[in-house]
Amino acid sequence: MERLINNLIASGALGKSPPHELVAALVIFALSAVVFLGVAFPFAGIVSWVERRVWARIQSRIGPNRVGPNGFLQWLADGVKHVCKEDIIPDEADARLFKLAPYLVILAFVLPWAVMPFSSDLILADMNVGILYMTAITALTVVGVLMAGWASNDKWSLIGGIRSAAQIVSYEIPAGLAIFPIVLMTGTLSMQGIIKAQGWAPIDWFLFANPFSFIAANIMFISLLAEGNRTPFDLPEAESELVAGFATEYSGMRYLFFFMAEWGNLFILGAIITTLFLGGWQFPPVTDNRVVMNLLQLATFNVKVLSLVFVSMWIRGTLPRVRIDQLMTLCWKYFVPISFVSIIGTAVWVAIFPNGAPLVQWGMFGLGVAVAVVFLQRVVYYVRRSHMQLYFRPTI
Amino acid sequence: MGAVAGYVRNITEAVSSIFEGMAVTASHFVRRPYTVQYPDRMPVRVQDTLPFRYRGILEVDMEICTGCLACERACPIDCIVIVVDKDPQTKQMLLSQFDIDIAKCMFCGLCSEPCPTGAIHHTTEFEGADFSLESLIRRFITEPVIAYKPKKGPETDPRIAPILNRGMRYLEEFAQAGSDKPTDGQEPADEPA
Repeated sequence: MERLINNLIASGALGKSPPHELVAALVIFALSAVVFLGVAFPFAGIVSWVERRVWARIQSRIGPNRVGPNGFLQWLADGVKHVCKEDIIPDEADARLFKLAPYLVILAFVLPWAVMPFSSDLILADMNVGILYMTAITALTVVGVLMAGWASNDKWSLIGGIRSAAQIVSYEIPAGLAIFPIVLMTGTLSMQGIIKAQGWAPIDWFLFANPFSFIAANIMFISLLAEGNRTPFDLPEAESELVAGFATEYSGMRYLFFFMAEWGNLFILGAIITTLFLGGWQFPPVTDNRVVMNLLQLATFNVKVLSLVFVSMWIRGTLPRVRIDQLMTLCWKYFVPISFVSIIGTAVWVAIFPNGAPLVQWGMFGLGVAVAVVFLQRVVYYVRRSHMQLYFRPTI
Repeated sequence: MGAVAGYVRNITEAVSSIFEGMAVTASHFVRRPYTVQYPDRMPVRVQDTLPFRYRGILEVDMEICTGCLACERACPIDCIVIVVDKDPQTKQMLLSQFDIDIAKCMFCGLCSEPCPTGAIHHTTEFEGADFSLESLIRRFITEPVIAYKPKKGPETDPRIAPILNRGMRYLEEFAQAGSDKPTDGQEPADEPA
C-alpha cells in the first residue's frame, strides 16, 4: 500500500509533488470503491437472482430464466431498470432526511466488509474488537430505516420504520448475548482471534464445543435473520399490510439501495455465524505455499457463508411471517433468557473444562450428524409421498 | 410447574414443526416445476394438443360453402356478413363477401351447427391478439367465388373431397343435437391421472 502510494507520487501522474496524505486518501477511496462495486454490490444482485430461483423451486415454479443464461443477468436488468426510473420525492416529505436514509442503510451494509475475515491474510482491518464493531455497525441500519420511515411522512412508512426499530433493537440483545459464550471461550473479540481458536475439523468448531454454544449459534442465526428483516421476521416490509413498509415512498435507485442492503446483509449474516461458530476460513494445512493456502481458505469461508445464505433463503421459502406480538414474545420471553442460560452454562463449562472436552465435542458432532440423517429421511419420505416427477438439475 | 412445562412444550413444538416444514420444502427442490413455459418453450404447440371440437377462432372453407346464409342467420350478435349474388349470365350463386368479426364473436358455436357441409367451423387457434380491431375482421373472400353445390351421386371432386370429409366429421362430432352429451347416455369415465 505504502509502496503503491510512493510509486504514484514518483510517477508524476498526479502533478508535481502532491501531498502524501491526499494521494493516500485517493488510493484508499479508489481501492474501497473497487472492492465495494466489484464484490459487495454484484453479490447483492446475484443473491437476489439466486433467491428468486430458490423460492421458485420451493413453490414448484421456475423463476427468472430468460435474461442471460438461465436468467443469470436478471439482477443487471433489474438494476438498470431501477436506475432508469424517476426519482420521486414526495412534496410533504422531509427531503433532506428522505435522501439521506438510503445511504445510511447502505453504509451499514458496506462498513462490516472492513473486518470480514476472508482468509488468514485477506482481511482489511483485523481490529481487536472486530465482532463488536460488526454488531455495532449492522445496527446502524435501524437509523436509516427509522429515518426513511419518518421522513416519508406516510403512515405505512412510519409504522414500518417503527416496527423495524423495535425489532432490530430487541434482537440486538439476544444477538449480542449469543456472542458472549464465544468470547468466554476464546478471550478475544477479534475476528481472526476467534477463528484461530477453532480448527478445520467440525469437532473443533464452536458450534459443537458444548451444548450451550450450540444453543447460542441457533439464537444468533435467528436473531440475525430478524435484524436483517428477513422472513419470517419481515414485518417492517409486510406487503400485505404496509405496502412496502419504510420503503413505500421510495422509487428508483433509492428504493434499490434498501433492497441491495437487505440482500447484501445476508453475506454479513453468514460471515458472522461462520466466524463465530463454523470455524471461519480454517482449512487443513495441506501446503506451505502461502498464496494457495489463502485461496483455499477464501474458498472455504465462502462455501460456508453461501450455504448459510442458502439456508436463509430456504427458511424464507418455508415459514410464514410471524405476528408482531409473537415476534416480541420470541425475543424477550425465549431468546433473552435462553441466551443468559447459555452464557452462564458456558462460563461454568469453561471453568470445569478449561481445555475443552473432546468426548463431548464428538458427542455433539455425532448428534448433529444424527439430526441431519433424520432430516434427510424425512425429506425422502416427503419426496416419496408426493408421487411427483423428480427433477434433480438446478436449471430448467 | 405447568408454566415451565408449557414453556418447554412451546420450544419443542416450534423446533419440531420448523424441522418438518423445512423437510417438506426441501423435498420440493427435487420435484419438477409445474410451470409451463408458454408460448416459446413448449415441446408441442398448444393448438395441436387441443381437441377437435375446441371452440377457437372461426374459419370457413370457401371450397365447400354453399352460400345458404344459415350461419349468418344463426349468429346472435351478427358478426358474420355474407353477400351472395346470382350471376345473371351463368345463373350461378356468386359469393362476393364473407367476413367474420372475431372481435365481436363470442365463440358460441351456433353458426357451425346449421351449416350443411361443415364449411364454417371452429379451429383450435386461440391466439388472436392484434394491434387494431380492423385486423380482427377475418375476410375469407378476396374475389367472388362460385358457391359449392353438392353433386348427385357418390363422385366428388377429388380436390374438395378431403375438405368435405373434414367438414362432415366436424358436423358429426359437433353440430348434431345432443352431440355434447355422451352417446351411450352414461357419465363419461374419469380420465386416468
